[in-house]
Amino acid sequence: MTSLEGIARTSEASAHSAAARRRHPWRAPGLLLPLAFVLMLVVAVPEPQWFTSRMPDAVDLDAIFAPPDASHWFGGDQLGRDVFTRVVYGASLSLTIGLGATAMACIGGIILGISAALAPPVIRWPLVRCIDILLAFPEILLALLVIVVLGRGPLNTLWAVGFGSMAGYARLIRSQVLQVRLSGYVEHAVVLGEPAWTIVTRHILPNTTRPLMVLATIGVGTSILTGSSLSFVGLGVVPPSPEWGALLADGRNFLDIAPWISLLPATVVAISVISVTLLGRRLQVLLAQGDVP
Amino acid sequence: MPGLLRNLARLGLHRLGMIVAVLWGAGTIAFCAVKLVPGDPVAVLAGGENVIDAAERIALVQRFGLDQPLWAQYLRYLANALTGDFGESYQFRAPVLTVILQAAVPTLQLAGTAMALALTLALVSALATAGRRRGLRTILSGIELALLSTPVYWIGIVLLTLFSFRLHWFPVTGNNGIRALVLPAVALSLPLAALLTQLLRDGLEAALAQPFALTVRTRGVGETALRVRHCLRHAALAVSTLTGTLLAGLFSGSVLTETVFGRAGIGQTALQAIRTRDMPLVLGLVMLSALLFVVINLIVDCIYLVIDPRLRKSAA
Repeated sequence: MTSLEGIARTSEASAHSAAARRRHPWRAPGLLLPLAFVLMLVVAVPEPQWFTSRMPDAVDLDAIFAPPDASHWFGGDQLGRDVFTRVVYGASLSLTIGLGATAMACIGGIILGISAALAPPVIRWPLVRCIDILLAFPEILLALLVIVVLGRGPLNTLWAVGFGSMAGYARLIRSQVLQVRLSGYVEHAVVLGEPAWTIVTRHILPNTTRPLMVLATIGVGTSILTGSSLSFVGLGVVPPSPEWGALLADGRNFLDIAPWISLLPATVVAISVISVTLLGRRLQVLLAQGDVP
Repeated sequence: MPGLLRNLARLGLHRLGMIVAVLWGAGTIAFCAVKLVPGDPVAVLAGGENVIDAAERIALVQRFGLDQPLWAQYLRYLANALTGDFGESYQFRAPVLTVILQAAVPTLQLAGTAMALALTLALVSALATAGRRRGLRTILSGIELALLSTPVYWIGIVLLTLFSFRLHWFPVTGNNGIRALVLPAVALSLPLAALLTQLLRDGLEAALAQPFALTVRTRGVGETALRVRHCLRHAALAVSTLTGTLLAGLFSGSVLTETVFGRAGIGQTALQAIRTRDMPLVLGLVMLSALLFVVINLIVDCIYLVIDPRLRKSAA
């Protein structure tokens, strides 16, 4: 399931056990393990050679369809390339798409959401309808539409994934802004005669960021998922780029004789997304407790 | 009951406006997207850059109305869409609606089976674990979280590797028969089941904490009867908030499962339409997906009026 809401929703279920972890909220294994994994990924983006001495496109004829062993941790693919090395080098592409798409969706969502809440009715109404219509489409269908227009490629995949998830952020921001603007301090600022722009940037926007932080953290995971899904169906990043989804698609034809080519990269994707989601959930619990300023 | 009917009618009219707005918006967005696509549509039509001569080219342009101004194309497209005519697919050389309906059959089989499977799984596990703190519930919650964040294709690949290639229980690819449906349906249903379980469990727990649950218990009704006969109705309401998410999951899941298992269907047709830039087909798919979304939302809203009598009053 590549839906943001679906994953964001699960966090509510964990709130009840929050009290049990309150004493050492930063030391639970549910936080440390995913944090360690995400840190590893973050290191692998600029310094992939720390994890592997091979190159992602280096062909080793002895390693064609080599099963995983001590020298080829994830085995070799149909051309004798080391799958582990390709996964490590692919991290930069996949993470860039995940982070970039989320950043783009957040920025677009903030602009769209604030306008849809505060703009004069002539602009507001069409915007609200626009968000509704965008929400009526599955994220992946919107992303595919963007790919139709822009064509394939890493940057276009980023745009596509970001555009696909933007409406969800816009709705969140809009509902937050509608809440915040009823609060006392906004009323106060209006009475004091502060200009509208200052009220939005100084008072309303900062107070919408808490739920946005949680949604965006989990959103990085779902963006990685959507991005790799696009590559997997052959409409995202094009091989031989070692993007994670493209790696899986590569190995799909050899599932019978060499399942590791697809299976192990797919497992890395799964673990990354689960890690990011766990971090997002924990962030939500901590925010709810007020441990994080 | 007349009150219910009147409210249903009023809700229906209000919703009809919304449906028209969404469909018009969807069609317009898709039309703009298609017209923004760089490249020569005639080249796509002919299947290559220079394989046709000028006369054939003109014939093709006229046949698909590509020589008219944009606004005329837009109006014609909208008017035709109203009558269910989405034009002719460039690739299949058949009406878009026919192509889509043909492809929809295997997808509906897959999605329907997966949804039924997911509902069953979710009902059983939510009823069994709601309100119980340790043990089974903790394990199931962990599995649910893992399933929700796991790519559908990972589940598919694992199932394929295990049951098709190693154990040879099920065919590897294809659309034939029920045996070929089992693995894709399971792969598609697991993430949905995880989401549904969480929704149902939250709803059940909220219902179990309400005073009426205590009243029912004091009457000596057993725990199972309380959950099934009294609380389930409340829990079902919680699912309504995420109908859209479920549908989106079903759609994107179908695209991916069809790719993993090599099944024909809407997902494969959509991917092919996008790869070959078959614009009428892309437009038709977008419109139909929007239509499906609004219609299912409408049906779900009506079902809720039946489930929850309180909503009938508030809708009035």
